[in-house]
Amino acid sequence: MAQLEIRNVTRRFGDFVAVDNISLNIEAGEFFTLLGPSGCGKTTILRMIAGFDLPDAGQILLDGKDLADTPPEQRPVRTVFQSYALFPHMTVAQNIAFPLVMARLPQNEIRQRTQETLKHMRLADKADHYPRELSGGQQQRVALGRALISRPRLLLLDEPLAALDAKLREEMQIELINLQRDVGITFVFVTHAQDEALALSHHIAVMNRGRVEQVDEPSKLYGFPKSRFVADFIGHINMLDAQVLEAAHGHTRLNIHGLGEITAPPVAGVAVDGLTSGVGGVFAIRPEQVRIGIRGEVAELKNHFPGEVRNLLYCGDVTTYKVLLANGAMIEALLPNSAPGRAELFKVGDTVKVGWRHDAGVFLHE
Amino acid sequence: MSENPTRLSPAARLSRWLKNVASAARARRQAAEKRNLHLGNEHSEPVANAGSASAAVFRLPVKWLVSGPPFIFLLLFFVAPGLIMVLASFRYPGEFGGLAPVISVDPNALHGLTLETYGFFFSDLIYAEIFAKSFLVALAATLTCLVMAYPLALLIARSPKKSRDPMVLLVILPFASNFLIRIYAWMILLGPQAVPSLLVNGLLGTLGMAPVHLLFSPFAVLVALVYVHLPFMVLPLYTNLEKHDPVLLDAARDLGANAWQRFWRVTFPLSLPGIFSGATLVFIPVLGMFAIPDILGGTGDMLIGNLIKEQFLGTRDWPFGSTLSIMLTITVLACVWLAARLGGMGRRHA
Repeated sequence: MAQLEIRNVTRRFGDFVAVDNISLNIEAGEFFTLLGPSGCGKTTILRMIAGFDLPDAGQILLDGKDLADTPPEQRPVRTVFQSYALFPHMTVAQNIAFPLVMARLPQNEIRQRTQETLKHMRLADKADHYPRELSGGQQQRVALGRALISRPRLLLLDEPLAALDAKLREEMQIELINLQRDVGITFVFVTHAQDEALALSHHIAVMNRGRVEQVDEPSKLYGFPKSRFVADFIGHINMLDAQVLEAAHGHTRLNIHGLGEITAPPVAGVAVDGLTSGVGGVFAIRPEQVRIGIRGEVAELKNHFPGEVRNLLYCGDVTTYKVLLANGAMIEALLPNSAPGRAELFKVGDTVKVGWRHDAGVFLHE
Repeated sequence: MSENPTRLSPAARLSRWLKNVASAARARRQAAEKRNLHLGNEHSEPVANAGSASAAVFRLPVKWLVSGPPFIFLLLFFVAPGLIMVLASFRYPGEFGGLAPVISVDPNALHGLTLETYGFFFSDLIYAEIFAKSFLVALAATLTCLVMAYPLALLIARSPKKSRDPMVLLVILPFASNFLIRIYAWMILLGPQAVPSLLVNGLLGTLGMAPVHLLFSPFAVLVALVYVHLPFMVLPLYTNLEKHDPVLLDAARDLGANAWQRFWRVTFPLSLPGIFSGATLVFIPVLGMFAIPDILGGTGDMLIGNLIKEQFLGTRDWPFGSTLSIMLTITVLACVWLAARLGGMGRRHA
């Protein structure tokens, strides 16, 4: 049994369906991320788990118990808010001790556990400071310490990294991963930043318009998106209109519109016999899976087509090329500048060969 | 974190590129600013850099132009009268009211400076008593205002944005009618033939107790003091409560605080600066109030304000009136200083 079960939950605001019949299972001890663009319903789900909002239909069960009648202050669930919501009139120590004081624990225990948490969150020297005297990263650690001190069953994080600058965000990502591993508490993390979700999570639920598009491990989500939305939302991807010629075991033969035949991997998650020839869709391939070259290597690949370099973005470590294919489609290729044999840089206007391996890319049917 | 360059997402590369562009632009702007300084004074760049405040110097005349008139106004009509009053408190009263001259050709006439009035003030406990009573009345009025204003201010602050302004307007609406008229209205409302009196005395009658007069009593004075000054408590409180971040209450709730704890642990401490400004705005005017006790109070309800008024208009002892005013000013200033200190303590973290 999953620790947190969301069963057919729907939430409407007037005519707007914020959460549309969503079911999710979140296992104990995992780092679970709700990922999606703003307005996709991810924060609404979080607020319903915390108890600030109630589902119009469906159930939310924690350890098998329906939470519907439990008010937020009695749920064993804590939230780290996007703005951290630290109490400005309390010191760091007072902020962190707050849940224990509310629970009316004995003074000794409060003092001892506050000290432990301060130490654990590397805030021992800041105990008597006020929140506004802290940096963004320190404020976040206070918010985390305050939420974790009462050892909740579930920690909800509502875009807690959004307010930090890029460098600090990266540091805090690592801290979050380590913290979650340390405390072993289930984290439910909400974000619209796909790179953040990929870096942090054990499982990600990609949401769009109140529905869950796909729940998977980060690498599966990136490598084998099941829908155009997921493919497009996670990372960069090239999409070429395609039609199935033959769906066999081990591979799929596709006709790329205006280009010709390619061999693609079998369609993930769809029964092979479910795809008969003639089914239309898109062939999606990541820029880093696309090779370009003039001689040799690329021509040996099973799938290759001529093209013309139209744009390039040199970024030092990598170069992104935009290549115009014969069918008028633009394909993006990402090449490391340091790899052997990559010393040559193509120029705008160069005629090149564009290719990819037969086991790269995915076919997404309509 | 070791980055595999090929794995860097395009979004990350874009943001890195944008950052480079931004920092280049910043450097260019700074260089241009430096060049400008060079144009102005080739050899004094450090001076120019250090003296960025010089911009403020150029604005100085404008500053005086703007703040000058009110400054002169205060000088003429606040500072000067204040000094005149300080001087007056050290003089003798004139024979027919007013002040005796400081210098006189007739050595037998009353003239010169004296500490007599201050001696008089401290020699009779009655004045200290009136001061103490006035402070108690002011304190009672302030606390009553606070207790009544807090729920109202909270209600307005937690209402939808659209309905807040009309509600604030209702709070200040009484100001639209004349102060004295409103006080006289209370004379009718608390009079023996009005509903409150009839109700109270009816109740007392059934309990077998003697009837009371609501009017011309400390009760009537307090009611009117609270009535008049309530908006001065509501407005600063509302202004403070309205600024509270509602997510703090969500956080408190999430961390296990019930409604009572949320109020006393979060809302109330954060509203302390509002409470102190409101209390100051009520306490000080109440302390100097003489019209309300005059109209609604009985003979025993004399406050400092009445006492001072009496010195100038009744017994015509200007020096003693001045002394009383100065003593009042000193005590009020002490109160303001205390309130500012306490309020400042609250504000530090808000």
